[in-house]
Amino acid sequence: MTIAGAPAITTSAGRPVGGRRLPLDWLGAVPFLVYVAIFLFLPTAIIVGGSVLDANGSLTLVNFAHLSRDYIVKTTLNTIGLSAVTALAGATFGALLAYAIAVGNREGLVRRLTLSVSGVLAQFGGVTLAFAFIATIGPAGFLYLWLAEHHADIYAHSLWLFELPGVALVYLYFQIPLMVLVFLPALDGIKPQWREATESLGGGTWHYWRYVAGPLLAPAFLGATLLLFANAFSAYATVNALINQGQPVISQQISGALSGEVGTFEPGFAKAIAVEMVIIVTAVTVLYSLLQRRTSRWLQ
Amino acid sequence: MPERTGVEVRLENLQRRYGAVVALDDLSLTIAPGELVALLGPSGCGKTTALRLLAGLEDADGGRVVIGGEDVTGLPANRRNIGMVFQAYSLFPHMVAWENVAFGLQMRGVGLAERKKRAIDVLELVGLSRFANRYASQMSGGQQQRVALARALAISPQVLLLDEPLSALDAKVRSRLRDEIRRIQLEVGITTLFVTHDQEEALAIADRVGVMQSGRLEQLGPPMTVYSRPATPFVADFVGLTNRIQGTVSRGSVDVRGATIPLVDSSVPDGPATALVRPEAVSLVGNGEAQEGPLIGTVIAVAFLGATSRVTVDLGDITVLAQLPTSAAAEHPAGTRVKLALRPDPVLVDSHN
Ligand SMILES: Nc1ncnc2c1ncn2[C@@H]1O[C@H](COP(=O)(O)OP(=O)(O)OP(=O)(O)O)[C@@H](O)[C@H]1O
Ligand SMILES: [Mg+2]
Repeated sequence: MTIAGAPAITTSAGRPVGGRRLPLDWLGAVPFLVYVAIFLFLPTAIIVGGSVLDANGSLTLVNFAHLSRDYIVKTTLNTIGLSAVTALAGATFGALLAYAIAVGNREGLVRRLTLSVSGVLAQFGGVTLAFAFIATIGPAGFLYLWLAEHHADIYAHSLWLFELPGVALVYLYFQIPLMVLVFLPALDGIKPQWREATESLGGGTWHYWRYVAGPLLAPAFLGATLLLFANAFSAYATVNALINQGQPVISQQISGALSGEVGTFEPGFAKAIAVEMVIIVTAVTVLYSLLQRRTSRWLQ
Repeated sequence: MPERTGVEVRLENLQRRYGAVVALDDLSLTIAPGELVALLGPSGCGKTTALRLLAGLEDADGGRVVIGGEDVTGLPANRRNIGMVFQAYSLFPHMVAWENVAFGLQMRGVGLAERKKRAIDVLELVGLSRFANRYASQMSGGQQQRVALARALAISPQVLLLDEPLSALDAKVRSRLRDEIRRIQLEVGITTLFVTHDQEEALAIADRVGVMQSGRLEQLGPPMTVYSRPATPFVADFVGLTNRIQGTVSRGSVDVRGATIPLVDSSVPDGPATALVRPEAVSLVGNGEAQEGPLIGTVIAVAFLGATSRVTVDLGDITVLAQLPTSAAAEHPAGTRVKLALRPDPVLVDSHN
């Protein structure tokens, strides 16, 4: 509404004449950028820099050429396999568990308890976790002994706990809780109205999962699976506590190249292996963020 | 859109309890073909439950649901052919508007080209065909609700159900969309149940308004009747504002502070009772300066409502609301002494206290 006679107030769009405004918006991001620089870019730069230098400090690609050594290729594939298996199994079981929590009472004790426990277990790893498994189902563990007494010797054919299948089992102990934590928000975002709308429009349970819940959850599920993959791929302490012979996992090869126990002391090569890991994890992370972007377009 | 003649919907003695809570207590309601009935009532009175039983989203503990002469009580929601509009956020977020609208047709096996064409047609009906390719997150709340309406109508349902479809919208959009829903409902001719707790909305949109309390229907009638001839004190209180004024009943009328007002129900026994007087039935009849009397008091507040204003008058022992044309109210600002008169429209009395 304008009052007759009153002059219309017009603003001349554009920047104020004379003074030039300093853009200061980015200032708030400085601490974050410093943090990222110190803890992410600096180490990466050191690793990348070190990987292209030989012992005399001159430029070389020989460290990367060494990545084609048989045992490196093999452990890389081992690690990818181990990560993929534990990511898929962890994602599947974790998603089912998260679903059970999501359909339950929001304020219920079960939900709060599961979430707290998951929060702890998702961080559980390293020597402690390995020891917990050894103490229960290891060859001297009480559960193993009890089973063996009852004619169920789980190590009848091989001592698989100290091989990759054992590592996979132990990894699931933190992969499943991690999946619960990252996937539950996606499940909570599913509105009951969507199911009821599907029903009133003539769809059944199958249609709901096929056309509504499935497509809505798929990006979150795949994204979470990738996260689990990266989590397993970069793990070191847990597997190292279980298997200290043979070094079947890529992260162990870094320490191998540094310690010189197996072969020679090769710091440049160790950094090249690290670069390989960084590249794989980065690729997975980029995929993950693409999936996230897709979901956020719907749910913004 | 082809003209459709709606079907009759009958809810017969519906019962529903959740544990100790009786959500529906023997609810019976018949909606005539093509009629729009608004269910009105306070929070928790069972409106949504009634609607969900009709939709088949919830099972009845007792009673029947009959649509177009067919008993559908045991039928699941996806076989009832009922269009439903929810309160908010019910559009599928990963589908654009036309895909949402076409979803019901997809469930019925209609081919892509055909269902897209029909979806655009229905979007046209709600005035949103140019938004056909937008996601819910790219539309306003009002636009989303129009798409939800289009989605419900696209399956050519026998009955349309709306559960507080406007309550998440701001006031201006709300009244515009309300009129829009009514226009479309009349155009399509579909039997409709509209749930709301907003009495203005119910009175504005419905052919008949059903006022509910504690799982029961207190009154069912045209908006005018429900407003001006409330069947029970609860309805009088809930629909519109009401002054509760102590009086004495004798021989079919009630004496209230010196004014004699006829009763709606002349069989009320003589004795003390509370008269329920609408603010519109209270008028200011002049200056009350230096006068005393049961209907003389001081204006303590004037609320400007547009064409009318609501004046609060302190009569000493009680305060009374009067609704007047704004021009009349302007002559009596807060602080002035006024004299009131009560129009002798038949009133309801609450003889419980
Ligand atoms: N799934 C349920 N479990 C337990 N109690 C319920 C459930 N659904 C409804 N109720 C109870 O039944 C009663 C009626 O609920 P209903 O949702 O029908 O009310 P309403 O009139 O729609 O209220 P509102 O205006 O708040 O939406 C309430 O007391 C409510 O708490
Ligand atoms: Mg409700």
